[in-house]
Amino acid sequence: MNNKQMAVGEGVRVVEESDSFLQGVKDCMPTVFGYLSIGFAAGVIERTAGMSMLEIILISLFLYAGSAQFIAASMLVAGASMPAILFAIFFVNLRYLLLSASIAPYFKSFPSWKNAIIGFQLTDETFGVAANHLIHKQHAPERWIFGLNITAYVNWLIANIAGGFFGQWMQNPEAFGLDFALSAMFIGLLVLQIIGRGRYRRDLLVMANAIVLTIGLSFVFSDGLEVIFATILAASIGVVMERWI
Amino acid sequence: MDISTQMMWIIIGGTIVTAIPRVFPIVVLSKLNLPPLVLRWLEYIPVAIMAALLAQEVLIPNDEYGYVVGNLRLVAALPAILVAIFTKSLLGTVVVGMVTMMLLRTFL
Repeated sequence: MNNKQMAVGEGVRVVEESDSFLQGVKDCMPTVFGYLSIGFAAGVIERTAGMSMLEIILISLFLYAGSAQFIAASMLVAGASMPAILFAIFFVNLRYLLLSASIAPYFKSFPSWKNAIIGFQLTDETFGVAANHLIHKQHAPERWIFGLNITAYVNWLIANIAGGFFGQWMQNPEAFGLDFALSAMFIGLLVLQIIGRGRYRRDLLVMANAIVLTIGLSFVFSDGLEVIFATILAASIGVVMERWI
Repeated sequence: MDISTQMMWIIIGGTIVTAIPRVFPIVVLSKLNLPPLVLRWLEYIPVAIMAALLAQEVLIPNDEYGYVVGNLRLVAALPAILVAIFTKSLLGTVVVGMVTMMLLRTFL
């Protein structure tokens, strides 16, 4: 919100404020709806798949990945074998390679164990918030990133537990538009990223390529592989096109 | 409050195969001086992956709708995009998106 002011470099006080743990918590707030609804839905599905509360808590704390938890639960119901479930989780989460690599250059000054924690807590949404922050700041304040990540982590746990507990009474979360929270989140993160970078022609081209490639590749791949290949290709096209636009 | 052996292994194995792609690049690449070309490539990743994830959510048909016909998400995306552009507020975007979706489901 006060990113603009910071970019101008006005005053040390403003920068310090924006570096705080609390600011990280605040910057996480827009993702709370998305996490609550997805986590709630995950909790419902996990419960329906026969997981105990303890299992829901453990999978949320350790696996900590929405799409993978959905897939694990639905494959359990379908009676899939354990290797098949682990293989699916691996493929769905392979995109984290790209997210983790993308923020790596900004974390040179951190010790490896801190980077390991930051990596472990990486999600699509917190990555989006962090990436938008990094455009303006060029470095990630430690307290800020932990404020962001821990808020998301706790919110995810609570949402999963709530889904496990109350899922049986809430028949139709779609009626409240909850199923669109994740999409709206991606819209906001994408638009803010493009506006923040201010390199409209290149970024809009990369965006258009990524969208078209995702749709095209969805005929060939599934389980998130289309997202990975589309991202790699669109970013590569972006680098190649830099010469001309 | 119990845990089955099968679930225990799914959680342990799933955590390992998820943590490796999450942790490995940030720990290793942050120690290296990457070539400028690679850095420029990495700078495009946020836009590319957010667009790809959005396309997967909004544009790829599921059991509820097709590409365009009956695609409520595509309709709800429009006000969300406008709010994002004009307010630059993530929270505003999410709230308007959800309310639009709620209204669409209520009245259509």
